[in-house]
This record gives sequence, structure tokens and C-alpha cells, in this order.
Amino acid sequence: MDRDASAVLDTFPKWLAHQARSRPERPGMRHKDLGIWTEWSWADVARNVRAYALGLMAHGLQRGDKVAIIGNNRPKLYWSMMAAQSVGAIPVPVYADSVAEEMAYVLEHAEVKFACVQDQEQVDKILSVSDRLQNLAFVFYDEPRGLRAYDHARLQAIGEVIAQGEALILADPEANRRLDAEIARGNGDDISVILYTSGTTGRSKGVMLSAGRCIAAARDTVAFDGITDRDNVLAYLPLAWVGDHYLNYAQALIAGFCINCPESPETAVEDRREVGNTYAFAPPRVFEGMLTRIMIRMEDASWLKRKLFHYYMGVAKKWGEKILDGKPVPALARLNYAIGHLLVYGPLKNVMGLTTVRVGYTAGEAIGPELFSFFRSIGLNLKQLYGQTEAFLFVTCQKDDGVRADCVGPATPNVEIRIADDGEVLYKSPGQFVGYFKDPDKTAETMTPDGFVKTGDAGFFEKDGQLRIIDRAKDVGRLRSGALFSPKYIENKLKFFPNIREAVAFGQGEDFVTCFLNIDITAVGNWAERNNVSYGSYQELAGHPQVYDILAGHVAEVNRQLAEEPLMANAQIHRFLILHKELDADDGELTRTQKVRRGFIADRYGALVTALYDGSKEANISTEVTFEDGRKGVIAARVKVMDAKVVPPVALPQAAE
Amino acid sequence: MAETSTLSPGEIMLKVENVSLRFGGVKAITDVSFDIQKGEIRAIIGPNGAGKTSMLNVINGFYHPQDGTITYKGATRAKMKPYVAASQGIARTFQNVALFKGMSTLDNIMVGRTLKMKSNFFWQVFRHGPAMTEEIAHRRHVEEIIDFLEIEHIRKVPVGKLPYGLQKRVELGRALAMEPELLLLDEPMAGMNLEEKEDMCRFILDVKEQYGTTIALIEHDMGVVMDLSDRVVVLEYGRKIADGTPDEVKANQAVIDAYLGVAH
Repeated sequence: MDRDASAVLDTFPKWLAHQARSRPERPGMRHKDLGIWTEWSWADVARNVRAYALGLMAHGLQRGDKVAIIGNNRPKLYWSMMAAQSVGAIPVPVYADSVAEEMAYVLEHAEVKFACVQDQEQVDKILSVSDRLQNLAFVFYDEPRGLRAYDHARLQAIGEVIAQGEALILADPEANRRLDAEIARGNGDDISVILYTSGTTGRSKGVMLSAGRCIAAARDTVAFDGITDRDNVLAYLPLAWVGDHYLNYAQALIAGFCINCPESPETAVEDRREVGNTYAFAPPRVFEGMLTRIMIRMEDASWLKRKLFHYYMGVAKKWGEKILDGKPVPALARLNYAIGHLLVYGPLKNVMGLTTVRVGYTAGEAIGPELFSFFRSIGLNLKQLYGQTEAFLFVTCQKDDGVRADCVGPATPNVEIRIADDGEVLYKSPGQFVGYFKDPDKTAETMTPDGFVKTGDAGFFEKDGQLRIIDRAKDVGRLRSGALFSPKYIENKLKFFPNIREAVAFGQGEDFVTCFLNIDITAVGNWAERNNVSYGSYQELAGHPQVYDILAGHVAEVNRQLAEEPLMANAQIHRFLILHKELDADDGELTRTQKVRRGFIADRYGALVTALYDGSKEANISTEVTFEDGRKGVIAARVKVMDAKVVPPVALPQAAE
Repeated sequence: MAETSTLSPGEIMLKVENVSLRFGGVKAITDVSFDIQKGEIRAIIGPNGAGKTSMLNVINGFYHPQDGTITYKGATRAKMKPYVAASQGIARTFQNVALFKGMSTLDNIMVGRTLKMKSNFFWQVFRHGPAMTEEIAHRRHVEEIIDFLEIEHIRKVPVGKLPYGLQKRVELGRALAMEPELLLLDEPMAGMNLEEKEDMCRFILDVKEQYGTTIALIEHDMGVVMDLSDRVVVLEYGRKIADGTPDEVKANQAVIDAYLGVAH
């Protein structure tokens, strides 16, 4: 682009107009509908968004109003964001799977005037709490199914709003000019979007991001990974999460690549194969799910296929990452790897929809070293990044030739990082937030006097300049003996086992460390099937003595690993139990981004925590659960507590001196 | 579908009068009369063996009653084959899922379009010319149903591999593919967990709302029946013991006795 144009491209609507001008024919968005990919070029997208924006203005949308966006990744919802921003209004994406109560909090706090939602389910949720939403004037929906009989006084289909806008353009020659004036009025200091954090602790906060900063951050990373309009992404991450707003929305508008919206969340894997995405992001649990599925299917494969798979995975393990990193590899090994690619790695990547992926990122949680290596060894350029909503995602990310599993990379271009005296990671970044919406106290608390943002995470720099994150700064605690105790560090080690879906470690101020475990129903269920273990429910399988034995083995292995690390050797797990129910965001036990809320869990399962420490063999617990429709029920169970094998700390090198 | 019907909502679509059905000496249905109005959800309930499924089989022409008459859209019906009922706009699902296990979801629902296919055998064999045009139109219709029932993710999965709840949904899809005016559902929620039941309830209500389809259903879950249906008919030992709105039926002493038993 020429310099004059880029100088004024300080809001996303201006970028949209720029893309419609500079690459009108290139695909801007696709959506699989009724089994067929429907495509909109950038010119089409811009035309629709303009009509939509005019339609919204006709409904009374004004500069500064808040517009809630609720649903899965769909073109009309992305257009809603663009249309709102065109008028100078602020989109507020909300997690689509929130229960009505959570949604009410965000909508109320954000003072939303309009809500653009996907379907009847979301409309119902909003209507059920509408008496609390004083500012809400209109709800717009994408899918009309089931809504025909509803009172349409304050309800309308998005398609109709767009049609109204189109009619306005035809009827009134001034309409286009009015909209252009609104778009031109916007500037880089405008609040572009408010993203609500998932709230690991307490209520979620509205992170305000300015247009100019969002664009600056996105331009840096587009340049960093050499992203162009020939790239392709599958948009399946929650709209309300910073990852989607950054990786899909912002980067697509800057680089001009195509956003592909899947048919439904369940079809993402197949849709990914069909569109051949080149730039991919997935949290570790998605990669873990893929690997688990493959391993299970390999167990069912024929003898020959199994042999081939295991032989070539051995080859990949030995040479794959070296080849990816461009290190010297003997010619014969290269040849063997190439055959492996033909027979095993290529088809595997194809099945997972990763064949065309050029750059892959994972973040959000620590990724298991073996899991990480698996994907890299079959030739996927998978890297880690570290970021948060307040930074508009990127704080650090790994370069193509500097990838390791235990670190998250050096600072992203133009980001400054500092480690505070207490170990907390602080940063200053081009995309950093303006403040929390209606919460200046929290904003002040999060910033240092010289303008750095506190991440709340503890970490340190390795010798090669990569940042290593240990845990949430406030979670790093000590046992009664004074030994360091990092719950997340232990939990992550446990979660690297496919059989363990979730772990919660306790030990702050106690004599020893204990933990709750959640089994992974896919992996353990498959094991049960293979070993003729019958079970009637999740609860029964979780409490099965043989399952306890398997998990006891995993815990012992983690203890063995901890024993080798001087800092952590005293924080081994002494007792554990397997929870009778899966931890669930609907019950408030996890955040919407699937992180455990440790304090809440400790309260809720207080009786079990007591049992972990008082030496009892069993404990009774009954908990209230929330069903998807918001109704409540009670699950009661008797949970066994087991002692774990503890390993004496390995003699430390210092001791030998 | 709704457009093809000449009836307006509330008019009587199907009338069952004094129907009796015997298998040899076994009396399955004795002298039962009731009607189904256009656009309503009509539940048929009763204890096991009350003759509910037999009643559905009579309605769609699979069984032929020895006595009584059935009037469908104003025409009193003679003895007929089930496919005649199907071509007249009556579709059904079964108590035990009756799908083609080895075929995909898509193909199973496509089967529901068979009666709507007009192109001749020759073109169909070569999948060319008019047959191709027709197939595209039918496929579109089937895709709309897949979208409606939210089963995109299992479009190409053989139904034998699907969990029971999803199979039931596919079966409903196949029935909908016929664009029925009257939809007969035989225990649509049997063997489902709470969440699946809620989904199914929503689909049934949506079918009625979106397509204006009249629905007769047999169901054991009383919560579901009382929530969903406009009117309920209660059978016991092949006889009708009550008929009315859910509230009327709930208060009916004969119904309470039939379900809870009577002290002797």
C-alpha cells in the first residue's frame, strides 16, 4: 500500500474500505451453509457492511453506543462488528456459551444498546434477563428459526437490517455520504472494541482496546510471520476471546486474507480440511484432542499400519524437528523421513486438516513437551506465543528457528518486557489496553507508574532470551516447611497424561501437596472398552479401582520428575482423589476459556480437601450442578482418597560440591 | 408442505371413528374415536400395551381395522397400503429406530425424498439430465433439514455408528424430508438423556412453527407430553378413557387410576 493511504488507516472500517479498493475480487469471507461454501469478496463484504451500518443508524445507533455480539463465528456477526465500528459504536463480543446470568452481567455492565446474536437460543437468553438491561433497545438475529412467533417490536433479522440499508442507499443519495463522514470521523484513539476477560478470579472485566493500538499490534505480527492475502484461516475460536479478534478479525482486515466460518462448531475439523487453512491457532487442548483421537484409531488399525506408524514416528522423533529447524541431517535420514512423509506424516496431517498450515501457534496453557514435539516432528511449524487480552494478545512469540516446548519465546517486535522483583512479568506493548471499562481503580492497580502492564504471571528469562512462565504470580505459594509450591506447574505435569483431563493442586501453607484429578472420558473410556471394564456412568468409571491404580502411576511419575528439579522436589503430591464429576464452566469451576478456578473449587469441595489432609480413606460430597438450560440439580457421591508414591529428592549437584 | 393443504388451522384433519382392531382373539383397539386438528400437537398416551402404536399403525394404513372409519382431509379412507398414506402427506418415525444402518445420514434423509422424485429410471441410472437437476433440488431440501436439525457434523457418518439420540434425530429428518402434513412420532424421546430430550422438544416445536406440520406423538415422559401437546388422548387396554387438554387429562380420575392403579 502507498504511504499516504497507510497514514490515515487508523480504524478497522478504513481498512475494510482499503481492502475493498485494493483487492475487491479476493475472497474476504466464506461460510459453509447448507453444505456449500458461500464466498464474499472484499468488495461484497464492504458493500454488505455499509448497508448494515446504514440500517443500524436508521435504528438509532450512535457513536459511542455499545453493541453486543453473541454467537458462533459467522459472517453476519463479523459484519456486525464492522458495521458498529463504521458508525463509531463499540462492539462487545460475549461468549456464546455463557448462561443467561453471566451474559446479563456483561450486557448490563457494558450498557449495551443493541445486541446482534446468532439464533433463538441467544435471543431467549437475552429476553430472559431483559428486565435488567435498561439500555437495550433492539436485538438482531442471524437465524430466524423458531423466532417467527416472537414479538418483533424490538427484534429483527440482520438480513432485514441490511436490506433496509440497501434501500436507503437507493432512495437517498446522501446516505452514502453520511456514512463516509461517520467513517472519516473515527480515529486511532477511538475505543475499537471491549473484550471481557474470562475472569479466572471473580467477575470479568471489560478490557478497552483502541483502534490505533489494535492496528499497530496486528501490523507488527503480520510482518513478523509474513502473512499475506493468500493466507487462509478457519475462524472457530470464540468471538469474545482476544485470540479470535486478533488472529482472525484484525489480521484479516490488515493482511486481506480470507476468514472461513465453519458450518457449526462440531464440523470445524472437517471444514479445516476443506478450506486448507495456512495460518492456524489452537489451544493445547485441541492438539491434545487430535493426538488422542489418532492414537485411539491407530490402536484399531491393522497390524501392518500399526507397525508402519510406530516405526516412522520413531524416525520423526529422531529427525523431524531437526529438519524443520533446518539443522544438518544425514542424507539417508532425510530420505527415510521423506518416505515417512509419503506414508505416514502426510496422510496424518491431511486427516487433521493441517496439510497446508504454514504457521501454527498454540497458547493459553502450557503444552506438554511430547505433544508439542509430536506435531513438530511430523512437519507442522508449531510455535508458542504468550499474551493476554490487556496486551491485545501478543507479548512474546517464538521465531521459526527458535522453538522449544518449555518457553514462550522472546518479546514480540516493539514489545518491552521487564521482570519485577517478585518475579512478575511486566510489559509495554503497541497493542496494550486503554483501561478497564468503568473501573479506573482496577486499571490503576494493573499498571505500574511508568506505564508497564502487570501480567499477574510469574516468570523469568532463560539464557537464550526466551521467557518462561511458571504460574500465576499470586498462586505461587509455599508449603508450611517454606518449600516453593506452584500449583499450575504441578497441574500441567499431570495434565500431560492423556488420561487426566484436569487437575487441581492444593498445598498453600500445608504440610504437603495434594490434588483433585478429572479423568479424560475419551481416553479412559477407550481403555475401559479395551480391557472389558464395564461402567454405567462417568461417576462410576471415575471411581473404578483400576482407574485409581492407573492414575496413581501417573502421579508417581510426576513425583519422580519433580524430585529431579531442585526447586520443586519438596512439592511432590502425597495424596490425591478422582472427582466424581467433570469440572465445568457452567458450574463456575472453570472459566469460559477452560482454566480452573482453584479458590472456588476449594470452597465448593471443602469436604474433599479436608479429607485429603485428615488422612481419611473416603469422603462424602454433594454438589449442586447447573444444567444447560439453567436449571439446577444435585450430584452426590462417595469419593475415595489415595496415597501417592513419593520419591526422595535426587541428590542435588550443589550438595555434592 | 403447509401450502399444499387446503385446511386452515383448527379444522379437523384426521378423524378416527369407532375404530376396533383385533388380531385373532386379541383386541388391540376397541371402539376408539378421536380427531386431530390441523396445526396442533396431539399426544396419545397410556400404559404399556394400551394400543398406542397400533393406533399409529392404523392411521398410516399399516393395519386395517375390522370396524370403524378413518377420515383424512375430508375423505373417508378405504383399505389402503402405507405408501398411499405416505403420498397423501403422512410421515412417521418408529419406536425402535428403523434407519438403514450402513448408509450415511445424508443418504438416509435422501430416502425420504423418494416419493418426490419424478425423473424416470433411465435418467436416474445415469444420474444425468433431468435426474441431476432434480437431485440438486432434493439435496438442497435435505441440506435445509440437516441445518434445521443441527446434524451437519454427522452428514457423512454411517448412522449405525451414531449414538441413539442422534439416530432418532436422523429418523425425524427422514420423516421431514417427505414434507408431511401429518407427522406421527412414536416415542421420539425414548432412551434419551435430559439434554437430548430438551433438544428434541425444541425440534418438535420448531417443526410445528416453521412448517406448520400437524403432529401426533406417543410419549411416556409425562413432563414432555404435558409441556408440548395441545390435546391429549388417553388409551387403556385398547379403549379411550380420556380426551382433552393436558390440564383436563391430568385431573381425570380414570387416568389417575390407570397410571397409579386402583385399590381393590
